[in-house]
Amino acid sequence: MKPFLEVKNLSVSFPTEDGLVRASDGISFTVSRGETLAVVGESGSGKSVTSLAVMGLHNRKSTNISGEAILNLPTGPVDTISAPSEVVRKLRGKSMAMIFQDPMSALHPYYTIGNQMGEAWGLYNEGSKADGIKRAVELLDLVGIPDAAKRVKEYPHQFSGGMRQRVMIAMALMNNPSLLIADEPTTALDVTIQSQILQLLRDMQKEFNMAVILITHDLGVVAEVADRVCVMYAGKIVEQSNIDDVYYQPDHPYTIGLLNSIPRVDRLGDHRLQAIPGQPPSLISLPPGCSFRPRCAHARLVPNNRCATDVPNLDEKLPAHFSRCHLTESQLVQVRTPTGGLI
Amino acid sequence: MLKFLAKRVSATIIVITLISISVFMIFSFLPMDPAALTCGKACSPVIIEANRHRLGLDVSVPVQYGRFVKGLFVDRSWGEGAAQFSCPAPGFGYSFNRHQCVTELIAEAFPVTFSLAVGSFILWMLLGISLGIVAAKKQGKWQDKFATGFVVAGVSLPVFVTALLTFIFGIKLKLINPIEMGRWVSPFTDPVGWLKTYYLPWIVLALFSSAAYTRFTRSNVIETSSEDYIRTARAKGLSEKVILRKHTLRAALAPLLTIAGIDFAVLLGGAIFTETIFNLPGLGRLSIRAVQIDYDLPVILATTMLAATFVVVMNLIVDILYAYLDPRVRVG
Repeated sequence: MKPFLEVKNLSVSFPTEDGLVRASDGISFTVSRGETLAVVGESGSGKSVTSLAVMGLHNRKSTNISGEAILNLPTGPVDTISAPSEVVRKLRGKSMAMIFQDPMSALHPYYTIGNQMGEAWGLYNEGSKADGIKRAVELLDLVGIPDAAKRVKEYPHQFSGGMRQRVMIAMALMNNPSLLIADEPTTALDVTIQSQILQLLRDMQKEFNMAVILITHDLGVVAEVADRVCVMYAGKIVEQSNIDDVYYQPDHPYTIGLLNSIPRVDRLGDHRLQAIPGQPPSLISLPPGCSFRPRCAHARLVPNNRCATDVPNLDEKLPAHFSRCHLTESQLVQVRTPTGGLI
Repeated sequence: MLKFLAKRVSATIIVITLISISVFMIFSFLPMDPAALTCGKACSPVIIEANRHRLGLDVSVPVQYGRFVKGLFVDRSWGEGAAQFSCPAPGFGYSFNRHQCVTELIAEAFPVTFSLAVGSFILWMLLGISLGIVAAKKQGKWQDKFATGFVVAGVSLPVFVTALLTFIFGIKLKLINPIEMGRWVSPFTDPVGWLKTYYLPWIVLALFSSAAYTRFTRSNVIETSSEDYIRTARAKGLSEKVILRKHTLRAALAPLLTIAGIDFAVLLGGAIFTETIFNLPGLGRLSIRAVQIDYDLPVILATTMLAATFVVVMNLIVDILYAYLDPRVRVG
């Protein structure tokens, strides 16, 4: 069976006065129903830009988008990049839904929760407003909002941050979408609430058999929920594999750096957390060769200074495990062990 | 809600009282002698003193104020014997120069100003808001540039210039007869005459005021369009039309209510330039004449208090309406 979403060679760039900002460049991935793909990377790595392109939420006039994002719907495949915007609009909320980072500002402050959720329902269902509210109450109940029948009449400011994110999730589920994109859904929440929301996302995924794309910069979040991981850097996917490989056999110096920068309870001794030196490059003038080279401690291991001249390909170095690095697998094993001691 | 209302109403009463006291004080410090102005060439000291007594200006300022306040609630009379005259409550006093109860003068002038205010308010809100929305939606295109030009022209041209231009244009094309405009036309008995009297002044005031609303609407719509909740609305699959109508405008236009309320209230107090140029016998003309020519304390007092009352009461109404528009205000 085909994956629900197939993204092929998707590039998004924004013309600005300073030059073309290549926010994401040649992104390809797939997600099937029931599967969670995590897209990991720091701010500005192109995670959100890519997902907004899939949703058709970029302004088509001021954004250059190429490539394909194919939704394999029961009625046949639709490419959300090339399809007319009215067609894509009618897929939003119904076949694909999205929740955003900041639940404090993502709900309209002037309308009740019931109004906003009912509106989403009314778009794709025949029925009265009361039917929409009824469905909203069911879903609010499902996402764990106590006393849903009463709270559906309340306004967003009467909810806490975690509760609002639950509302956002419930609202995204109003029309049983097949794909849910969660753009940093836990970033604005405190840690105890974070894990509740992740658990909720996982439960909802089972309940609705959805394909989920989880965008995050937090590898801890990824470990909890994802099946597969894409690591993005400066608009490109630098590593792509299943969840365990990324943690136990990271195959790109950037991923290794990310892992070394987070505290781990399973690691003994008093070693320090390591930061990746430097800053991400400007997306207007990317360095030639590998974008990560200026920050990479291992580029000198590659002969002929290839890191500075050739852009590495996304190669399958281990089975079903892709990485964009000139280092050989044996060199990567070296890189992995002494600094990280990850295994 | 009741507590809030009681608080606001008592604050309103205090503000109006303070305003009336200050007008009284200012007037008592003026070098003019209103009693001397009542009799023109025939004046002799005896007549002036008699008139001073007749007008109630021969007692101390606090006593005058006390009488004025009393007159607001009970009938008040001036002079004695055959020369006695009185004004029924609620009375703002008796005009020194017009020889009429001030309440009557106000009652004659207010419908004129009200007609002017309501018509131009509706026109300027429609014009300002729709132009602002178009400018925001067509950002950078010719529609936007046209709106910007309109704003610059509207804000920088003083209203009397626009009014004079329109007035001259109106007379040349025989669209208006300024002499006919000097009387009150009721919209109920003569709707066509009413419209004919007021449409040019409406346009003048609307051109002047809508510029600010165009600019405000434009920037608010643009700002609101980049809010996260608009992106949420788009992610739901709503059409751009619904997003604009239901989501963007609601949030973008609510803040407009505050300034619109106050602008309308100020206009209700009288549009001095427009009324003067178009020969409309409204509150603006009544008060400017009382200040400039007649030194007519009761009229000045009444128009000032009325104007202040409009502003304060409209503020109260705006606050109540705002609470209905923005649920976040309601709870707090």
